[in-house]
Amino acid sequence: MIAFILRRLAQSVLVMLTVALVAFALFRFVGDPIASMVGQETTLAERAELREALGLNDPFLIQFWNFILRAVQGDFGISYRLQQPVMELILSRLPATLELALVSGVMAFVFGVGFGVYTALNRGGWISGTVMTTSLIGVSLPTFLIGILLIWVFAVELQWLPSFGRGETVYIGNWWRTGLLTESGRASLILPAITLGLYQMTLIMRLVRAEMLEVLRTDYIKFARARGLSNRAVHFGHALKNTLVPVITITGLQMGSIIAFSIITETVFQWPGVGALFINSVRFVDVPVMAAYLMLIALVFVVINLIVDLLYYAVDPRLRVDRANARH
Amino acid sequence: MAEPLLSVRDLVVEFPTRRGVLRALDKVSFDIAEGEVLGMVGESGAGKSLTGAAIIGLLEPPGRVASGEIWLRGERIDNLPREKMRRIRGRRIGMVFQDPLTSLNPLYTVAQQLIETIRTHMDVSDSEARKRAVALLDRVGIPAAARRIDDYPHHFSGGMRQRVVIALALAAEPELVIADEPTTALDVSVQAQIIDVLKEICAERGASVMLITHDMGVIAETADRVAVLYAGRLAEIGPVRDVIQAAEHPYTSGLMGSIPTLTQTADRLTQIPGSMPRLNAIPQGCPFNPRCPHVFDRCRVERPELIARPAGRQVACWLYDKEAQNV
Repeated sequence: MIAFILRRLAQSVLVMLTVALVAFALFRFVGDPIASMVGQETTLAERAELREALGLNDPFLIQFWNFILRAVQGDFGISYRLQQPVMELILSRLPATLELALVSGVMAFVFGVGFGVYTALNRGGWISGTVMTTSLIGVSLPTFLIGILLIWVFAVELQWLPSFGRGETVYIGNWWRTGLLTESGRASLILPAITLGLYQMTLIMRLVRAEMLEVLRTDYIKFARARGLSNRAVHFGHALKNTLVPVITITGLQMGSIIAFSIITETVFQWPGVGALFINSVRFVDVPVMAAYLMLIALVFVVINLIVDLLYYAVDPRLRVDRANARH
Repeated sequence: MAEPLLSVRDLVVEFPTRRGVLRALDKVSFDIAEGEVLGMVGESGAGKSLTGAAIIGLLEPPGRVASGEIWLRGERIDNLPREKMRRIRGRRIGMVFQDPLTSLNPLYTVAQQLIETIRTHMDVSDSEARKRAVALLDRVGIPAAARRIDDYPHHFSGGMRQRVVIALALAAEPELVIADEPTTALDVSVQAQIIDVLKEICAERGASVMLITHDMGVIAETADRVAVLYAGRLAEIGPVRDVIQAAEHPYTSGLMGSIPTLTQTADRLTQIPGSMPRLNAIPQGCPFNPRCPHVFDRCRVERPELIARPAGRQVACWLYDKEAQNV
């Protein structure tokens, strides 16, 4: 078990190093950093001096090493556009994105599994048919269109919910600004969360349904019925648990995508999160922010994958190889 | 004769399909007495497993019992509400399936599955159920049961898993055990052990067994009576010795002729020409008539019902009807 975790950690470090290389390469390929830092009046001599002072003349590997050393300490330099430390910028906007992603992720999982199980058990019923047909909308409509439609219906026509922003926010601790504790904050969260989570929900729902139908046909479900277990025990205790391994995988990956691709939803709803920050940075070629964002998203994926792998262990005893080997 | 434990009367199982209704079981009738082992033999697709599934109420849709009756100790069980039938499954009728590798839920320990089954049917505490579970495992021959009970199914070999399956089927002390090809998926070397365990433990508890198999050897050693199914109909039923030594139905004698024996030397085993008809092409009259060596006109037109024969035997063949008339 511990060997497994260590192995996965080593792999994660490798992935992060590769992403760091890409992020670092951004600085070199997206124009000359000196040119974007100094004014037109700076002489060539001054430029050369600055280049030397910033270490830009050092060999590639040394520069990369320094970049990683600073990155590990959370130092991604100063934003070209906003003249603030990149890490501060990201940290101030991260809570908004994480709250949005978490709420829509939980929503997608709960409703996805719920509908999935329901439609698998009540195949052919009219409610299942309606849910399955409606779910096609979730899979086929692009996120921005869903967002705009929701704004049009619930914000413009019905005027029930706000159409943009986070509403009122309060601080928890020093830097975590949350919208979950105020009414307007929660109201503002609903539409973006639905927009962001709808696709994931339908995906999870269809996956759970397909897996459930598969599992319900297996011999151990037949045997569980033949032993006279209640429907509840058969469906939820025996069948659902066996669908969880693939569902956890997909949910985990989707959680990563929710955070990474909240860009579109954040843009549609003017949500002050990291995604919106990233889009603006791209527009102004703010390389330090772009690089840091890239690293952050990679970290999110790596961490989620690690958690998913550990969850497998919790769910499926067949994967606990060490123990089995010890027995035989 | 005392009331039979299980009584199946004119059981018809049908599968509605797009091209019409397929009759998978056609008027099957038999009894299983208290403590008796009834062997059920036939080729693949003859309807052996379906009979078992119909009795325990687990036919897979769209299959359904179209007509006929199933009685368990004087109580009709084929038309019970779902919840009542569920309480009979496991508690009064246990079932053992063919493949022990897939019969156990891989995500739960043997203890969890046993205790769940026991507590579903019996009002006992967790620790009491656990004690019973250990005793059961011990009884079916799992070494170091108290320790191994907390293992997962994948820690056991195929033969051991089938023992676990038997323990599970018997956990709530059913009166009837339906064993659907319990040894087919196992190594030849452990088949006999599993059959012995099943037979012993059922005899001990006075449970009747319906043993579904296509292995005549197993039937000969284990069963008291044997029922031969062909194309969804009973061909012959009777005490196992009589049927094996002097089969009356031409299909049964064909079956027996195809089994190699140690005492006889033969160059070729007998073989029944042709194959069993598909469900949508069962011939008129006796379903066996195109392959029967003794076929005559009546067989092609009229369907033979089970005819009572001496020594409690029954056979569905016109040969014996003629005899009865002549004698």
